Amino acid sequence: MPDKPKIGFYWCASCGGCEESVVDLAEDILMVTGAVDIVFWPVAMDFKKSDVEKMDDGSILATMVNGAIRTSEQEEMARLIRRKSKIVIAYGSCAHLGGIPSLANEFEKAEILKYIYSDAPSVINKEETYPLTEFKHNGRYVTLPVFRNIVRTLDQVIDVDYYLPGCPPTPKLLKQAVLTLLSGELPPKGAVLAPDYALCEECPRKKTKPDNVSFTQFVKPHMMLIDKEKCLLAQGVICMGPATRAGCEALCINGNMPCSGCFGPTSRVKDQGAKILSSICSNIEAKSEDEIDTLLNGIPDPVGTFYRYGLAASLLRKKIQEGK
Amino acid sequence: MYSTNGNNIPRIGFYICHCGHNIASIVDVVEVQKYAATLPGVTVSRDYKYMCSDPGQELIQQDIKEHNLNRIVVASCSPLLHEHTFRLAAEKAGLNPYYFHMVNVRENVSWVHDNKEQATEKAKDLARAAIKRVFFHKPLEKKTVQIKPDVLIVGGGIAGIHSALTIANAGKHVYLVEREPTIGGHMAMFDKTFPTLDCAACILTPKMSAVKSHPNITLWTYSEVEKIDGFVGNYKATIKRKPRYVNEELCVGCLDCIEACIYKEAKYPDEFNLGLSKRKPIYIPFPQATPQVVLFDPETCIDFKSHRCKKTCIEACERNAIDLKQTAKFEEIEVGTVIISTGFKTYDPKLSPQYGYGKLPNVYTSLEIERLVNASGPTAGEVVTRDGKKPESVGIIHCVGSRDEKSNKWCSRVCCMYSLKLAHLIKEHTGAEVYNFYIDMRTPGKGYEEFYDKFMNEGVHFIRGRVAEVTDWALVPEEENKLTIRVEDTLIGVVRRIPVDMVVLSVGLEPREDASEIRRMFNISCSSEGFFLERHPKLAPVNTFTDGIFIAGACQGPKDIPDTVAQAGAAAEALSLISAGKIELEPNTAQVIEKYCSGCKSCIPLCPYTAISFKEDIKKAYINEALCKGCGTCVAACPSGSITQNMFEDEQIFSEIEGLLKFAGIELEEKEVEHA
Repeated sequence: MPDKPKIGFYWCASCGGCEESVVDLAEDILMVTGAVDIVFWPVAMDFKKSDVEKMDDGSILATMVNGAIRTSEQEEMARLIRRKSKIVIAYGSCAHLGGIPSLANEFEKAEILKYIYSDAPSVINKEETYPLTEFKHNGRYVTLPVFRNIVRTLDQVIDVDYYLPGCPPTPKLLKQAVLTLLSGELPPKGAVLAPDYALCEECPRKKTKPDNVSFTQFVKPHMMLIDKEKCLLAQGVICMGPATRAGCEALCINGNMPCSGCFGPTSRVKDQGAKILSSICSNIEAKSEDEIDTLLNGIPDPVGTFYRYGLAASLLRKKIQEGK
Repeated sequence: MYSTNGNNIPRIGFYICHCGHNIASIVDVVEVQKYAATLPGVTVSRDYKYMCSDPGQELIQQDIKEHNLNRIVVASCSPLLHEHTFRLAAEKAGLNPYYFHMVNVRENVSWVHDNKEQATEKAKDLARAAIKRVFFHKPLEKKTVQIKPDVLIVGGGIAGIHSALTIANAGKHVYLVEREPTIGGHMAMFDKTFPTLDCAACILTPKMSAVKSHPNITLWTYSEVEKIDGFVGNYKATIKRKPRYVNEELCVGCLDCIEACIYKEAKYPDEFNLGLSKRKPIYIPFPQATPQVVLFDPETCIDFKSHRCKKTCIEACERNAIDLKQTAKFEEIEVGTVIISTGFKTYDPKLSPQYGYGKLPNVYTSLEIERLVNASGPTAGEVVTRDGKKPESVGIIHCVGSRDEKSNKWCSRVCCMYSLKLAHLIKEHTGAEVYNFYIDMRTPGKGYEEFYDKFMNEGVHFIRGRVAEVTDWALVPEEENKLTIRVEDTLIGVVRRIPVDMVVLSVGLEPREDASEIRRMFNISCSSEGFFLERHPKLAPVNTFTDGIFIAGACQGPKDIPDTVAQAGAAAEALSLISAGKIELEPNTAQVIEKYCSGCKSCIPLCPYTAISFKEDIKKAYINEALCKGCGTCVAACPSGSITQNMFEDEQIFSEIEGLLKFAGIELEEKEVEHA
């Protein structure tokens, strides 16, 4: 039997949802396993780093890496995978753009550690014990990975060939990606494997968007009964659709929730949050400073709203404290 | 990544201009030149005394040929001034002009800094940003649009009249639209004009008649521009012709109807005479009004109120010209260019209560005095106070609503001269003692100083000082039944009280109340005081920032008659466009990338030039390039990055920013990430 192409899956700073989405392929997973050998998938099968190290460089056709990069271990694994794989695919929002974990870039490393190990209400740590990267006990060394200053996207650490967007990517996109890989007809390097227009294009509510939204208020979805037919922006609910790549077939909107932007920007946009902001702010009705302030009170967490999945990849990237 | 236009990798020519001492005295131009020479892509780097001069431009052209340059960066003055010059120079040497980029090291550097070292660093910084930017420049083609030959002129004062005649005499058609029932504007209200003391009517009315009879002029009085859209060369305007209730074609101005009006006596304040006389509900503004057509005031006509009038006017009209059922008519016209000459209004002196206007009956505005001294005015030229007395002494207060922090800061330019003229006319008509209260006498203009000299010798009194107050509160018997002017005479350093019979307030000139509506309708700008803004105060005084829209006369700022007439230069600008027949549009326009547009409509309401529409059939946005001015608003707002703009593409802007930031020492490299 000739060798089937080898495929790997790996996770870094992520929630596990991307791994789930592989399983969401349902019976199609049989098609995948029929066509390829999965040689590395820690979440599902028992593999060790040393197993990968033993593989020939470039022997894996493609590895899908999900999760952002926060620790030295994730960095090391990413570099190792890069060496062993012909193609590396950043899988899901975190690897692609930083994802939810990169919202941590709003805080300094020290602040984060202090909260987690001292200040969090559920923590009692009177001795102020903080994790160390090296610890000697009974003559043995214990090591922990280094917690880096910021969260990075996968392509801020290693060279990435393709991106599968989404939190998580839809099974349909994954299936398409695998078929594309197997077909050998590869898209240009750096491509995001989803359409390059914004979600409005495939939104079932597109026709209900007025020419001029002129926002008079912003409301969060739980604060009102959302009309199931009407454009969410027209109802004052922040919907990231206009600034977000299509491909999910408006999953959230079909569930009567606004798009939160997980597919990231189109290829022509460098900063998704800045883009939706400049679009929304250009269309607000308020004119005076007071009116604007009142209106903006409807968006209590702007970074979490506009940069929910992409802070690390954005022009903002991270908060820098004054004087640093 | 960069566009090469078939001429290989960027070969950049960098030039920095000394601008005489303007730049070179603060910026070490040689150092900047040497620095630029070290940057990637720079083939030639030079400094030169005057880059905009012919030899300067030839230098660029020669280098383009000799060194096969394909990008040009000139660091000199503002692009507003010389971008065009250098683009043209590049074009003449066979390079697409949009491979040129300009750095402003004069307004942005040498004129605003005094530290030579830092200024030089900043100049380097800006040069570097530009050099990084031009890597990504692309060749662009200008689009041309045709210019329709007809011209719309808004406002029929002397500026509009003169412009209309100039254009009509050149054989082009003019639509002259005037809001009032007659053309003539403020000038028609004046008696004499300074400094020649010509009779205003004698020189104006022939021009008014010429407008009326000119075959190339369509005159629409009592009309207003309702709506205008389009772009240079191709404007569509809707003109509202308000009902006069008199058929303009039939009325010959015999005025029999006015005679026959059921009101035997005129009862209502006459607007043209500023309420100093009365008119009937059917009237003509003044005897030489153009057109010679009467009109009804429906507010005061009995028939409009009760429908019970005997309508003696209709009986009197042999030509059946009266039509009480007339309604507003709307005319739609297509024109290529527009001249706005909507004039000014005078300052309302009630806003300076210390002068008593509106409370003290014998305090007048200068415009009221113009009517009083006018032979065809309410008193047939006899100067009498409101109580019917001939004044024995008159005080003229200058700068009312001018040069005053509390009202208007600007000098209205005409008041000193018209005050001198009125002083002379009042003296001539009444023999009164006339006092002029002035801050400074401003008489710049041909024959103006001589005019002033003449009246100083004529016995007109001149008192230098801003008047504190006009009061009827007498302190001494000489002040009884008089108006007392309290003023510090700054030449002798005492406070004086001067009793007079009549006070004339020389009111300043202001923008019209509805100037900002006009401005919005025609999409032009105004300066801080509200007068319409010219494109350049010296070199493009009648152009606006909207192509094909020109301004003439006092709507741009206070002007006397000679200067206003000189602004018929607006007509020359319009004619020059018309005879060129077409105009090239800057290619800095925005485009929707149709295949990427998601139809989210974010851009639609934003365009200040209404250039964006939504194509319902394909559900995508569309930009009319002829209307687009390249402001970039939609480009920034497009949330999916599906609108691009020539000359402001992302890679151009980002490379420019990168050029600036790197210089400032901010490096967004890995180092920042390293490490715990």
